[in-house]
Amino acid sequence: MLKIKNLSVAVEDKEIIHNVNLTIKNGETHVLFGPNGAGKSTLLMAIMGFPKYRVTGGSITFKGKDITHLSVDERARMGIGISFQRPPVVRGVTTRDMMAACLQERGNGDKIIELAAKADLNDFLERDINYGFSGGEIKRSELMQLLAQKPELTLLDEPESGVDLVNIVLIGELMNDLLEKNCPILQRKCMGLIITHTGHILDYVNARTGYVMFDGTIGCVGDPHEMLATIREKGYEECINCYLGRVPWHESD
Amino acid sequence: MNQTDISKNYQEKAKAAIDKTAALGDDIDITKFTSDNANHAYQEDPSQLDAEAKKHMLDAGIMLDDPSQRSGTYIQMDNTPIHSSVTQDGVEVMPVSQAMEKYDWLSDYWWNAVAVDQDKYTANIELNQYDGYFIRALPGQKTVFPVQACLYLAKDKLVQNVHNIIIAEENSEMHIITGCTTASQEESGLHLGVSEFYIKKGAKVTFTMIHSWSPETAVRPRSGVIIEEDGLFMSNYVLMKPVNSLQMNPLARCIGKNATARFNSILVTGAGSSLDVGSRVILDAEGSRTEIISRAITTGGYITARGYIEGNAPGVKGHLECRGLILGEKGGIHAIPELKGNLAGIDLSHEAAVGKIAEEEVEYLMARGLTRDEATATIVRGFLRVDIEGLPPLLADELKRAVEASEKEVM
Repeated sequence: MLKIKNLSVAVEDKEIIHNVNLTIKNGETHVLFGPNGAGKSTLLMAIMGFPKYRVTGGSITFKGKDITHLSVDERARMGIGISFQRPPVVRGVTTRDMMAACLQERGNGDKIIELAAKADLNDFLERDINYGFSGGEIKRSELMQLLAQKPELTLLDEPESGVDLVNIVLIGELMNDLLEKNCPILQRKCMGLIITHTGHILDYVNARTGYVMFDGTIGCVGDPHEMLATIREKGYEECINCYLGRVPWHESD
Repeated sequence: MNQTDISKNYQEKAKAAIDKTAALGDDIDITKFTSDNANHAYQEDPSQLDAEAKKHMLDAGIMLDDPSQRSGTYIQMDNTPIHSSVTQDGVEVMPVSQAMEKYDWLSDYWWNAVAVDQDKYTANIELNQYDGYFIRALPGQKTVFPVQACLYLAKDKLVQNVHNIIIAEENSEMHIITGCTTASQEESGLHLGVSEFYIKKGAKVTFTMIHSWSPETAVRPRSGVIIEEDGLFMSNYVLMKPVNSLQMNPLARCIGKNATARFNSILVTGAGSSLDVGSRVILDAEGSRTEIISRAITTGGYITARGYIEGNAPGVKGHLECRGLILGEKGGIHAIPELKGNLAGIDLSHEAAVGKIAEEEVEYLMARGLTRDEATATIVRGFLRVDIEGLPPLLADELKRAVEASEKEVM
């Protein structure tokens, strides 16, 4: 379980996220909506523990342990994984090297080839990671690395952005694997927190909880499909107006 | 001019240049080193050399216990050739003094690719000529296993003078590994080495040089390469251990149509060390090509990484890549890529980058579960990984081993 309590996060001394509360139980996937600049990516980066995103208040608890002050790699080893929206190119470090780093003791070269086949990236294994990759290739590569890393909590920042219709099906399938969609609900352990603008990804994942973020706080909580319909029809404005002035139920306990 | 006159001419030129400071690099006072040669016995079977010397040599890529892995071997200890042999037809390996006696024509190659009066170091070699290696691939002969040559500094404060001639006759193919190393990590020494390469029509040479000197050694190699039509010269240089001072700037001239020169350099150094290392290629013939790649890492020393390409003929193509990584708080890297085009229709380009490891890259790897140290090591390993086209697997493995060893030095 991931439990975020009264979390505030600052970037370069400017507080971006204020008193956010959020709980994801084992086997659940939650979705974050919100306009640009609402603080969605900042929240994901703070959960992963990147030093640039400084926690100024509150706590993050994962699997019963307070991880608020753990480093990125410690959180990764505890079972948190993130797909980067714009990952850096690392010259000389191949996709295969990255896969080996993600796998650690969980597999060997055969496993790398199996996952690369699944992500349709066999021809990319010997290439420098992210060097000259298209938008869709980057997304597939990120998900392939996460499949090797096998995190219990997966953080996905707009996995469908810049991806064409053919790629999105494949990306959906990779996400299914990652979030154990095909596993009976009671046996599902993996958790997910996904940022989406278009909502296309909702066709591929089992998400029953959605949030709208605005100005660094979480507003509406509800069924993500319903939320998406409202956002599509009336825009974020309506969503924001809808919750302004009332305390969302998840924050009232 | 007869042989005696030619020789006298070189001596005179050398005498005139004996105080000529080199254009680049710190000025080394040669008089601080001794030229008195230590006597070393000839070794019929180099596997009988003492274990410590063999270990130092092995670190520099010289394999003495399994002759089947090499097509020829030359070992020079200080200024004395102590072994030369071949295990395969089609290749000749011997001390250059012996080759001069054997072949009259060799004088045509003597001080032809490198000028005797280039600086005081070349002059010193001519005036204190001891020996060096002669390696020749006979016409059309292709050797599978590399020829290995070891230049070993055993005596403290010695100046090692070496003059090498390498000839790849028409349509031959040859791989050479040169390992340069010292007996002790404490002793000082000065290595002066002239290497003249002649790559004839259609010939291919890969020359892999591994330097594993002591931190007290000063090194001044002077190399020249002449490449004829369709010839290929590929140099791979790995500096494994910090040296006190190293300056070299080999010059390759592509004089035949479609000749190719490639230089790959991997430089790793630490505090107290000064390196000035470059590669120069002059593309004088139509369709000739070059690629110069250098990777430099410092943990405290100062590195000047140079590259120079000059295009003087139509349809030539050249690319230069200098990348430097500064690890730690001290040290510096000065990348100087230079391109000179003297006519239209040539294609020369360069890229250069110097800096520290990007934090964003470290964090990317950490998000996959690597610790900060593991992530840094992975990035450094990647930085030093230069994919070298056309290198036979055996040589590629040895180069990889040398690079991995240099990685350990730096991490």
